[in-house]
Amino acid sequence: MKSIEELKAIRDKTLKEMSIRDNEDKVRIVVGMATCGIAAGAKPVMSAFIDELNKRNINNVSVSMTGCIGICRLEPVAEVFDSSGEKTTYVKLDAEKARRIVAEHIVNQKVVTEFTVGAAER
Amino acid sequence: MKDLSLHIMDIIQNSIVAGADKINISLRVEGTPQMLVLEILDNGKGMDEEFIRKVTDPFKTSRTTRNVGLGIPLLEQSAKMAGGELDIKSEPGKGTTLKARFNINHIDRIPLGDIPETIKMLIMANPNISWTIHLSSPNDDFELDTDELKHHLDGVSITNNNVLEWIQNTIFDGIKLVYGGVLDEVN
Repeated sequence: MKSIEELKAIRDKTLKEMSIRDNEDKVRIVVGMATCGIAAGAKPVMSAFIDELNKRNINNVSVSMTGCIGICRLEPVAEVFDSSGEKTTYVKLDAEKARRIVAEHIVNQKVVTEFTVGAAER
Repeated sequence: MKDLSLHIMDIIQNSIVAGADKINISLRVEGTPQMLVLEILDNGKGMDEEFIRKVTDPFKTSRTTRNVGLGIPLLEQSAKMAGGELDIKSEPGKGTTLKARFNINHIDRIPLGDIPETIKMLIMANPNISWTIHLSSPNDDFELDTDELKHHLDGVSITNNNVLEWIQNTIFDGIKLVYGGVLDEVN
């Protein structure tokens, strides 16, 4: 496979940069990716999270998936776990909302109240 | 589900919940009439015979939050709609093999969808699982093995953005190479 060489180049470049960014606190974004979530459009939401984080070169945030959170009527759902362990649950997401969460919650550390489960259930 | 990539994303959650640490996704074109075969093989906890019989019933699930599960029934519906079928083989403690077949030229066959992106996301969210991706058709074949990639990466995380992007592009090239002109839906 020719492109293994490309992969090795990525590895070498990453090894050089690694020391700068490895001691930051980890923030986690967890997207509900069960049948209900996927059918409601969780994939483009997760894709938007990943893309927006990459675009802004944010490396201390991990994006992962989980099963059904139990509020299928509010899917797509994502939970943001801050470095302090504080959890915010965002509901009825789409790609655009995911990008705003990155900009406002992850970058500016301000919860986007209007997208939270609390606001949706009021 | 609109396309096969969404089904893959969904069905694999079953393997993950079953505790699998090795998952093999194979997508091949074979036979006459040409069938598209999706096979997902895992080494999770497996199911007994009775559970396999019930698993295509929407009101059967191993989840405890609710007692309905739609992933497998929906995949079965997509396969049957396209003149195919769903087959599950499993044994407790020995993992599960799930096979869904679709007649490629059936008008109701769902498209492939964005398979490279789905696989990238699965690897990103479950970096500790050993993934193998296998694509084949009479034209060509393609294989990607995350254990092998990890060996080349030599300590650099497989969840690194550039590595994930490389994985996505490599699978995209693989799909073009293997299915280009056959499934006629790779953009």
